[in-house]
Amino acid sequence: MRLLGKEEIENIAIGAALLGTGGGGDPYIGKLMALQAIEEHGPIRLLDPEEVPDDALIVPSAMMGAPTVMIEKVPNGEEAIAAFKSLEEYLGKEIYATMPIEAGGINSLLPLALAATLGLPVIDADGMGRAFPELQMVTFYLEGVSATPMVLSDEKKNSLLLNTIDSVWAERIARTATIEMGGSVMLAIYPMEGRVVKQSAIKNILSLEEKIGAEIRAAKKENENPVDRILGLTAGRVLFQGKVTDINRKTQDGFAKGTATIEGLNDNKNEECKLHFQNEHLLAQVDGRTVCVTPDLITVLDSDTGMPITTEGLRYGSRCTVIGMPCDPKWRTEKGIEVTGPRYFGYDLDFQPLEELHLVKEEI
Amino acid sequence: MASYRIGIDVGGTHTDAVLLDEAYNVISEVKATTTEDVSSGIYQALKRVVAASGVPVEQIHYAMLGTTHCTNAIVERKRLNKVAAIRIGAPATTAIKPLVGVPDDLRSILGKHLYIVRGGNEFDGREIVPLDEERIREIAEELKGQVDSIAITSVFSPVSTQHETRAGEIVREVLGDEVAVSLSSEIGSVGLLERENATILNAAIVDVATSTANGFIKALEQEGIHADIFFGQNDGTLMSVEYTVKYPILTIACGPTNSLRGAAYLTDHPDALVVDVGGTTTDVGVLVASFPRQSSLAVEIGGVRTNFRMPDIASIGLGGGTIITLNEDGSFQIGPESVGYRLIEKGLVFGGDTLTTTDVAVALGIADLGDPSLVSHLDKEVLKKVYTKMVDMAEETIDKMKTSSDPVPVILVGGGSILFPTELKGASKVIKPENSGVANAIGSAISQVSGQIEKIFKTDELGREETLALAKKMAFDEAIQAGADPDDLVIVDLEEVPLSYLPGNATKIRVKAAGGLLSERKLTGAAPL
Repeated sequence: MRLLGKEEIENIAIGAALLGTGGGGDPYIGKLMALQAIEEHGPIRLLDPEEVPDDALIVPSAMMGAPTVMIEKVPNGEEAIAAFKSLEEYLGKEIYATMPIEAGGINSLLPLALAATLGLPVIDADGMGRAFPELQMVTFYLEGVSATPMVLSDEKKNSLLLNTIDSVWAERIARTATIEMGGSVMLAIYPMEGRVVKQSAIKNILSLEEKIGAEIRAAKKENENPVDRILGLTAGRVLFQGKVTDINRKTQDGFAKGTATIEGLNDNKNEECKLHFQNEHLLAQVDGRTVCVTPDLITVLDSDTGMPITTEGLRYGSRCTVIGMPCDPKWRTEKGIEVTGPRYFGYDLDFQPLEELHLVKEEI
Repeated sequence: MASYRIGIDVGGTHTDAVLLDEAYNVISEVKATTTEDVSSGIYQALKRVVAASGVPVEQIHYAMLGTTHCTNAIVERKRLNKVAAIRIGAPATTAIKPLVGVPDDLRSILGKHLYIVRGGNEFDGREIVPLDEERIREIAEELKGQVDSIAITSVFSPVSTQHETRAGEIVREVLGDEVAVSLSSEIGSVGLLERENATILNAAIVDVATSTANGFIKALEQEGIHADIFFGQNDGTLMSVEYTVKYPILTIACGPTNSLRGAAYLTDHPDALVVDVGGTTTDVGVLVASFPRQSSLAVEIGGVRTNFRMPDIASIGLGGGTIITLNEDGSFQIGPESVGYRLIEKGLVFGGDTLTTTDVAVALGIADLGDPSLVSHLDKEVLKKVYTKMVDMAEETIDKMKTSSDPVPVILVGGGSILFPTELKGASKVIKPENSGVANAIGSAISQVSGQIEKIFKTDELGREETLALAKKMAFDEAIQAGADPDDLVIVDLEEVPLSYLPGNATKIRVKAAGGLLSERKLTGAAPL
């Protein structure tokens, strides 16, 4: 167990943006909520997964809906509490701790704000190790953990308890309800026992985010480029360096889909990188050759500052470094690839691990 | 009867003024020193430019001012209004109170009267809850005699202004016109905290703007000039005095914008990179269809995160007064310190004791200024290295702002533009227009009037084409309201950003229309513009 104060929150927010792989929502709101909660209630207890009793009830917390709504209709902090109380009452058992289901983006910070307010500990783990757009895209799902019973709560004090036959149905119904409830709700979801967390979660992800954030900030202070330090922490590699020359976006089925074209600079001179995104970056190709694909992580960094750039923040002329990072091994299983691999997102190609794609390039 | 106009632009070092005829020919131009109070520098420049022109004052019909008064007030935390901030959004939004994340010193000045009231809208325009009008009235009563300016920010006011407008009405009913009211929907876009911050800052500088405007009107009157007065805003267009004192925050960063606009006009290049070399910094911006490219990132003003439009400018510490340090081992350092406006007493070629970038350019025969014999003793080889590095710095910044590796025209303006050569890497050509030293003041004088809207539309309802047509019409209406000639309007910017996880293909659309001024004189048929 250790304590997370304001400094740690600042670092985690930067790491969360990086693992957001271009999506996941700007962690800024979540950061301010966590900072205000720490100011009012004191620091947060962070538990290593191994410290959690096997039979303890663990309930992850997350927002569902459009990040654009949340940056305008900021939560009041009671939504997540209401969802927790409601689920606790339904299950007839006290919740021992919370955790994020999604390390990337805003959902990494919101459980911290909740934990500070309720005085609950947070487990140093999540269900994605990155950001993904749908509820069933968590490692808990791969292990057969049900998303329900789950509770959705809005700021108007509406609450909805869902029991569905599987997580895909939970995603469908919750998504529709979210729109009616105002486009952004808080969830108490994937209730599970401590032993299940140990088995199915991606561990020590908040600590990783904190380290990433600390390195980026330290590099900034020392006027250094943090990219190498980031790669060291994440076993990642540079996929491409260049300048964004074209962005093509459209909304389809509620997703911000699109392609960014990046013209090569430095080692990539005379090459062209295409980044395909659906909220998150999912596929990177250089001159038609795949260099990284979901569920492996693709993140775009500002070449000068090393700060992550979201898909919305990408614009003509951005000088960027595209990095690839291997996903958690849980995603590289048959079921993991079925749920989050390229074909699920409509790309007609097979998943190949980042390391192998890189080998292919070196052989050529 | 001939018709003239004056453009004035206040920079960090110089206050520049130009007087143009109706065909925008430069009749006279002056550079005055920017003074600490800003205003006396403006009056100096005004007096001198009129005197130098020999134009009869009754033929000066327009006066445009781009000034730093408002920026300075925020950065220096001085002369700020006593403000109250009312956020309409409860039961939502209370997890982050107003001004959280704003630097403490500013928070202690502006955060004395903060309220969160029930109300606000959903992303699709529905009410979250009805507006608590009672509470707004109570707050207004409480604030009697306590504040002189109120910022009102309602959740999703960029989608529906209803609650914000109603709250403004109630506040005015109780407090009358003495208290200024700033509505967030007029200032920023989606993003509650950033828009709220910008609105609070706006409320805080209302008095500064009013006294600046009054001072300018008085100064003109003292010269016997009875002109229509406009202020430059940071998107390269003008606003009336009435609008300026309501929305003074829009004047922030109008300086770099004016340079860009002036450069476009002077060279007839609507798409180009503009390098504005001042005394202390070099600012590089991008012209797209004669307007500055806007920054897509949250912009900090005085340490406060805001989200209103700002020109996208890359700035480096390299200007005409930048100090060069030569070390004994042959190495050197360029800036970032600068002698600024004191170049003419400190620079070596002017008989001073400090080696500056200007001295380097003169010694190498690139610029012809001051007394070259005063720098002839310096080691040319070392100076060449310094100069190469200076050019490198500029070229690197140019490259960063480009949208592709294709060479683009580069326009050099500003007093320090004499430092740079006529060839630069990445430039298809380098243009140094005549009067480039006062491009900013010219930009101020020739500005157009614009209207901009930024809203979330559900494109499924009307279809994309009709939605865009509606958005354009709204922008036109805004521009006409701001004083533009309806017959002269064009769309100068259009951006669609689809929003994820929302139904109906919700899309954020930003449209800007701009056109020439519809003058009082045109209306009365007295003198065509």
